[in-house]
Amino acid sequence: MMGRADETWPGSNKDGETPMKDMRSRASLSPVSSAGGSASSTSVSPDSVSPGPVPAGPETPGSESPATAADGGGAGKGADGGPLPVIDFGKFKPTRSSLRARKRKNLIMTALIVLSFLVALIPLVSVLWVSLVNGVERLNLDFLTHNMSGVVGGNPTATGGYGGILHAIIGTLEVTLGAMVISIPIGVMCAVYLVEYSHGGRLARAISLLVDVMSGIPSIVAGLFAFSMFATLVGPGTVNGFSGSVALSLLMIPTVVKTSEDMLAVVPNDLREAAYALGVTQQRTITRIVLRTALPGIVSGTILAIARVIGETAPLLIASGFIATTNPNLFSGRMTTLPVYVYNEYSEGLAVCGPGAASGCLTDIRMQRAWAAALVLILIVLLLNLLGRLISRIFSVQEAK
Amino acid sequence: MGQRIDINHLNVYYGDFLAVQDINMKIQANKVTAFIGPSGCGKSTVLRTLDRMHEITPGAHVEGQVLLEGRDLYGPDVDPVEVRRDVGMVFQRANPFPTMSIRENVLAGIRLNKKHIPKSDADDLVEWALRGANLWKEVKDRLDKPGIGLSGGQQQRLCIARAVAVHPQVLLMDEPCSALDPISTLAVEDLINELKQDYTIVIVTHNMQQAARVSDYTAFFNLKAVGQPGHLVEMNDTTTIFSNPQEEDTERYISGRFG
Ligand SMILES: Nc1ncnc2c1ncn2[C@@H]1O[C@H](COP(=O)(O)OP(=O)(O)OP(=O)(O)O)[C@@H](O)[C@H]1O
Ligand SMILES: [Mg+2]
Repeated sequence: MMGRADETWPGSNKDGETPMKDMRSRASLSPVSSAGGSASSTSVSPDSVSPGPVPAGPETPGSESPATAADGGGAGKGADGGPLPVIDFGKFKPTRSSLRARKRKNLIMTALIVLSFLVALIPLVSVLWVSLVNGVERLNLDFLTHNMSGVVGGNPTATGGYGGILHAIIGTLEVTLGAMVISIPIGVMCAVYLVEYSHGGRLARAISLLVDVMSGIPSIVAGLFAFSMFATLVGPGTVNGFSGSVALSLLMIPTVVKTSEDMLAVVPNDLREAAYALGVTQQRTITRIVLRTALPGIVSGTILAIARVIGETAPLLIASGFIATTNPNLFSGRMTTLPVYVYNEYSEGLAVCGPGAASGCLTDIRMQRAWAAALVLILIVLLLNLLGRLISRIFSVQEAK
Repeated sequence: MGQRIDINHLNVYYGDFLAVQDINMKIQANKVTAFIGPSGCGKSTVLRTLDRMHEITPGAHVEGQVLLEGRDLYGPDVDPVEVRRDVGMVFQRANPFPTMSIRENVLAGIRLNKKHIPKSDADDLVEWALRGANLWKEVKDRLDKPGIGLSGGQQQRLCIARAVAVHPQVLLMDEPCSALDPISTLAVEDLINELKQDYTIVIVTHNMQQAARVSDYTAFFNLKAVGQPGHLVEMNDTTTIFSNPQEEDTERYISGRFG
């Protein structure tokens, strides 16, 4: 069956019909020809219709009758009376060898895809494994509930621990929350403008370009920007948590805009029209229908953006600084965040355990703390992802059947 | 009660493109008027000018008058949002709100307009609209299930219920049955027959039998050639159009000998 061209035309040459006749009757899908039984005779009669823009070839004498078109073989007519090109559809059929080749190709590609998946998995798994192995040693309640005040060298503190990251966890959560509060409204509203109001105008294109450029800003530049912005607005050398939030929001906004824009764009226009047709204002249509329908997607996109910036170190080092004690105030004073803490611990190197050191003195305590803090950071990101999934699930739109 | 619509010298543009030209017609109150004609002749376009929905398309605008019970819909102080509360619309593709339950879908027109209604009133309204749309029996036990969990025909009737729940004067339907099976189509047609007691109905259809079955008046639109504006060829009561059309084009179209 699957073979040469002349054998494969379905139902061809049984009653002298040519492929073109077959195709023509299937091509006339206009309501007219399907409504009336006389479709085929009208559709081939060139006099009864206005000739379309199809160029009239030499093999289309204007007086050709329906009968010759059907029997003559070759020059059939389209629904609009123009000549149709002769097409040998057998050529497009798959042959046995091409089917074999396709199966082979399928096998190779499947293997390739699985392989690249495994390769991509290697760094991921090994990062998780190494952080787990190295971090779990120092990760305990004492570590989570203390800051670094009173820690001297590698000596244990009065509570028996070796200092902790409470201040850095608070810092990271507050700074990230600040960044969310700044960037989510701006980003979502920007996307709403782009999708719902701009109609592809010049301003919209300018914004899109700027957002693209912004997503390429090196994070250190964002940190410097926030630092100098606060230096100008508040006073030179102002370093606080909120300044770090500003820096992070610069990095977050492009992601939020992009994902929200995509999510809003896939909300079917039918829904907007349905709302407008009920006499709903555009503003309420956007907030209650469009944003609501796009919400799960916007949430996951935002979570991704947060996950991306929560581990930023350079801008926070510049904008929010480093301090050993807990500072719950986002708007004043230095604020340690987890990545900065990790960096700081790592860069201090080995602790000194001199002759006067206490019995439990550990020289590599700083590396241990760095790993444990890194593990906590990973866990926070993981938790955020789960939370995002939960929210998406709750607000998810049931798929149409 | 339904309201009458008078269309005077209506031209509709998409940007610079004149889509339909010089439409004049009177749509009677509490009657069903069918728009028929070949694809692209501007039936949907004219229909959408009756509730100012075409304005959603950037660049679309009209010239001429559309009078709803004597009031010009395109007057300078007319708010399109208000117009759409008086003139409801049902679309070709059923489009219930996917985030809402059946009940919320029916109440959407009220709730989205910020109006708060007490629960008992809401219950009554839901039942009234769903009964009106011939859907109550099928869904009364699952009002809190998502609207898009219904079959295509049920979804379309849900959309009709949603449209009548805001109690418009006029109901516009753009090929409401084109995606439905014959049974659902009959259900919708029965519904149209009942609804015309309370509403003026305008329906676009490609199905001659449907136009003949449901409508009191039929308007035939045509266009001279591709790229030319569509126009109204003739409008008359349905029996006349189908038995004794005045124009040759109409006769050829409804008998299926249209080229
Ligand atoms: N959004 C739009 N932008 C530009 N042109 C449009 C738009 N919608 C319709 N048109 C044009 O207006 C003309 C009339 O279209 P319309 O959709 O009203 O036809 P119709 O009679 O409803 O056809 P159908 O029976 O296929 O639904 C067509 O030439 C079409 O290309
Ligand atoms: Mg249409």
